[in-house]
Amino acid sequence: MLSTARWRQDPAPGEEAGLGGGTSSVVNQDIKQAMSAKLTPAQLAQLEVFAKTLDREQALWVSGYFAGLAAGAGGLTAVGAGPQDETAPATAAITILYGSETGNSTGLARDFASRVQAAGGQARAGGMGRCKGRALEEDRFLLVITRTHGRGGPPQSALNFFEFIEGRKAPKLPGLSFSVLALGDSTYEKYCEAGKRLDRRLEELGATRLAPRIDCDVDYEAPAVQWMAALEPLLPKELRKDTGAPVSVAVRAAALPAAPQFDKRHPFDAPVIENLVLTGRGSSKETRHVELSLAESGLVYTPGDALGLFPRNDPELVEAILSHTGLSGDAPVSRKGGETSLAAALASDFEIVAATPRFLESWAALSDAADLRRLAAPENAAERNAYLHQHHVIDIVRDFPVPGLTVEDFVPGLRPLQPRLYSIASSLAAAPDEVHLTVATVRYELRGEPRGGVASGHVSSRAAPDTTLPVYVQDNPHFRLPSDDAPIVMIGAGTGVAPYRAFLQEREARGATGKSWLFFGERNFRSDFLYQIEWQDHLKSGLLTRMDVAFSRDRAEKTYVQHKLKERAADLYAWLEEGAHLYVCGDAAHMAPDVHAALLSVLQDQGHLGPEAAEEYLRTLQRDHRYQRDVY
Amino acid sequence: MSIELVEPPHAPTDRSRDRSQPLSNLGPDETLKAGSNHLRGTIAESLLDEISAGITFPDQKLLKFHGMYQQDDRDLRDERRRQKLEPAHQFMVRVRLPGGVCTPAQWIKLDKLARAHGGETLRLTTRQTFQFHWILKRDLKATIQGLHEALLDTVAACGDDTRGVMCAVNPALSGLHAEVYNMARDASNHAAWKSGAYHEIWYGEKKVASSEGEEPFYGDTYMPRKFKIGFAIPPSNDIDVYAQDLGFIAIVKGHKLEGFNVAIGGSMGRTDGKPETYPRLASVIGYIPAARVTETIDAVMSVQRDYGDRKDRAHARFKYTIDDKGLDWIKAEIENRLGFALEAARTYAFTSNGDVLGWSESDGGRSQFTLFIENGRIANHPGLALMDALLTIARIHEGTFRLTPNQNLAIADVGREQRPVIQALLEEYGLDEQGGASAVRRNSMACVALPTCGLAMAESERYLPGLISKIEPLLAKHNLMDTPITLRMTGCPNGCSRPYNSEIGLTGRAPGKYNLYIGGGFHGHRLNKLYRENIGEAAILSALDDVLGQYAQGRRPGEHFGDFVIRAGIVPEVTEGRHFND
Repeated sequence: MLSTARWRQDPAPGEEAGLGGGTSSVVNQDIKQAMSAKLTPAQLAQLEVFAKTLDREQALWVSGYFAGLAAGAGGLTAVGAGPQDETAPATAAITILYGSETGNSTGLARDFASRVQAAGGQARAGGMGRCKGRALEEDRFLLVITRTHGRGGPPQSALNFFEFIEGRKAPKLPGLSFSVLALGDSTYEKYCEAGKRLDRRLEELGATRLAPRIDCDVDYEAPAVQWMAALEPLLPKELRKDTGAPVSVAVRAAALPAAPQFDKRHPFDAPVIENLVLTGRGSSKETRHVELSLAESGLVYTPGDALGLFPRNDPELVEAILSHTGLSGDAPVSRKGGETSLAAALASDFEIVAATPRFLESWAALSDAADLRRLAAPENAAERNAYLHQHHVIDIVRDFPVPGLTVEDFVPGLRPLQPRLYSIASSLAAAPDEVHLTVATVRYELRGEPRGGVASGHVSSRAAPDTTLPVYVQDNPHFRLPSDDAPIVMIGAGTGVAPYRAFLQEREARGATGKSWLFFGERNFRSDFLYQIEWQDHLKSGLLTRMDVAFSRDRAEKTYVQHKLKERAADLYAWLEEGAHLYVCGDAAHMAPDVHAALLSVLQDQGHLGPEAAEEYLRTLQRDHRYQRDVY
Repeated sequence: MSIELVEPPHAPTDRSRDRSQPLSNLGPDETLKAGSNHLRGTIAESLLDEISAGITFPDQKLLKFHGMYQQDDRDLRDERRRQKLEPAHQFMVRVRLPGGVCTPAQWIKLDKLARAHGGETLRLTTRQTFQFHWILKRDLKATIQGLHEALLDTVAACGDDTRGVMCAVNPALSGLHAEVYNMARDASNHAAWKSGAYHEIWYGEKKVASSEGEEPFYGDTYMPRKFKIGFAIPPSNDIDVYAQDLGFIAIVKGHKLEGFNVAIGGSMGRTDGKPETYPRLASVIGYIPAARVTETIDAVMSVQRDYGDRKDRAHARFKYTIDDKGLDWIKAEIENRLGFALEAARTYAFTSNGDVLGWSESDGGRSQFTLFIENGRIANHPGLALMDALLTIARIHEGTFRLTPNQNLAIADVGREQRPVIQALLEEYGLDEQGGASAVRRNSMACVALPTCGLAMAESERYLPGLISKIEPLLAKHNLMDTPITLRMTGCPNGCSRPYNSEIGLTGRAPGKYNLYIGGGFHGHRLNKLYRENIGEAAILSALDDVLGQYAQGRRPGEHFGDFVIRAGIVPEVTEGRHFND
């Protein structure tokens, strides 16, 4: 059966379908115009590309095909929309797995999924990088579309999948029928090698080849369509309903809704499942654990990824700004996607906490205040920065009122509200359909008033369970677990421990055998030991091999993670020599450089290296992806 | 003292549950003790573990022998679990303070340690010692080393050993007190365990090789359960001698100590729903001259050491050994080990197990002030800076402090010149008057219970003062405000505040629910009887209103409440512990 939980990855953000435009010789301009009113540009582009590949006979066949689909018993369903019916017969489920470098495989996979779904079948396209390999055991039909990396290996995003499927833990797949479409570049020696490897391996695992592998060169479209066409008659009958009155392609194609793909431009409103304070009583800070549901979003992620969150501004701040500017919250404001009220725009669309130089400049002009005009002058950059550090938008509009201000005056000075990224603290393997975050609430005083972070303030004050947060998954390919048997050393302070929670959940689910060592730092043991019980359980079970903690405010002398690294220098060096992968997550300004310096000192002391050689050691680790950082 | 097993000549007995058996036949705690390398276990390693504020479960058990309990703030337990934090682990540290006597210098040190590590509070216990609460693992060594500087330790303050040795406070006769107190101190020093574990773990001393073994008396498995010793000086039974495993009742002629009646087998603890468990008052088995105290302790303890039940800890106290083997058999075995027969018990008379509060005169022109301390809690309360007051007094006091078994504090051995100085300080801090407390409040005790005690099922220390405030109007209504009645509450059935020989006893069953017992002896000589089971506050007050009303109406002159309810047939008299649950 297919469910969103089987996938760890949606098509990678930013990967486009890779289908080119161009005018079609088959679809005439009139029809095209009619279609453009009904189809999304992407659909239209897909259709054009597809059409370009057809000869006359094929075109006729396809028109009949679509007509048949339309006439089938309500058979057109949303592509990839929502969870599939768990009780539907497994024969109708087709898994289309892609390994993509530039998006071509992704586009083809989605395209084919659309075709199958349009035929009333269940098909789901997903990236190999985040496919839970074991789920293949449940599959009946697997179609693989994979690019080959320049030198013959799998695409970067598919490395884990290849390791799994080619490794000893791969399941036997006697119940599976498959076919492989291999994309490559014939100028390279190992042409389509990744596809060949999978084709061979699936057979070794007992799967049945449904149709021969097709290898495609850089002009892949035509053979890809051939492959799909060859497969269609071989798929189960449910997918080949035909007969019925011919209907024009244009009309029927319009009935295919676009798949809801959530990304930065189209964030998913994720329901809050849990929002609790991790820090115990008496803590000097507030750090929260937030669980969001991704059910029915199709969003998937890999440990190491980040979640982008679009916060809403504090309603009280919106009120205060309206009150001090004298503007009406009901005033219309136009923005991308239509008109809204000023109050709504200030809440969701604009940055209204921190003031930017642009705002200062704008407000200097509006208010004509001498102080602001001086600060806005190009030569006073240092002073301006200092001022902006101490003055938010609200402070400026309060200190320098502008009588008769209009919305049109005010809004252009504001910067669009940007999403905030949080390292994901969970693995889909442990928490299917969920994403967990570790959020430090930012609170401080400015000019005698309590102030707070935009996103963390939203999470802290206005994100009770059952509310929603607009989110998207931000791929972070440079912070990834190594192979299951590799030792890992995870260094994190504060919320920097979040991805390690995801790492260990993932390793637990995978049955990974590699050793692991966590260095964690915070202020106070009693209140700030984030996820303490979980680390204790992992230590007990052996999933986590070692843990060292540094609490900076428990004793007179402050201890940070870098001190612990030096304390454990001999063992740490031994781990590195054994091939351990190093991870650093957390504060970029102090922690990361301090940790880097501590690592250098460990290498110098234990490896008897000079300063230059120690630097080179770390550079080599970095080159080998064995020293990865996620700092902010 | 030999640890070889001596078969008694008088009669064979069942040895299937005692230390003659291999460990595999005994309870898991016996294996733990035997494998602990004389109480070292992995305590030193547990202390270094930075991932938890607690220690391993086996080490928790061993740490009790070192006078410390791992506890946690139970008020926060659920909250922290949801926060993915371990329980707020902290440690209760119980000082070994034989007879409850401490010097002002020691007081100052204890105060300092409590402020530094112990949540700025000290608890006076029902066994005359100090307890620190809220001590974090990382501060344990500093606390123990701090105590060491004041010549104090925590050896055997808990665990399967002698526990603290009690001694009557006895305000009237300072010479006699000094004599008996010295014996209590010697008894404690004699009977405490001897392993080098304490010095190694807490003071960082190197292990010293010993030719004769580390525990010549205890061996590898120590006692089957705790063993409590106390010295009473009639007519005061302040130490509740009948609640001790081994009690010595001083027999005095003139002002001179002659010897002691020996009482054995007292113990409070029981378990709800287990009728085979019961409180038992000690049985007086004879008399020994004062010079025979140490060997009597060895003989009695060794009988329990050798015959006590080591399969079931709920049946391991000396009282069950006595009732199982028979008092005569046990007495014969003790005499066998002593090598002489006990003399017949001498006559003695107790009048009360409470304290005489306020100033009282002592011999030699000395005096003492006994300060009522509600439930033994020393802290700076809002409106009453008790901890500061006592520290101030300690700084100028030239005598000693004596912690009473009723959790009160005697400022003892005050000279003539000092008395007005101390009186002035008491007045300054508002401690001179005993606050208009009812006689019931002054004769009340509660154990610590929530939030720190792991055993508590209901509130005790935090609840009793408020409950008494609701009982006092009933007392006033029945004109009983000045009639002393003992009232003791515990948060569980284990009986730390000795509830089962009080005239009114309340033991916690569940949050807000208590068993109500009445009919105990005013000076601790008779167990009380269950009167109402598992009831809440309204039912407690209603039941007490009723029986106090009957008492006010029907009592004879001088008749105590506990005696009245039995004479009036409200509850039957409990004559022996094993009939407590009948």
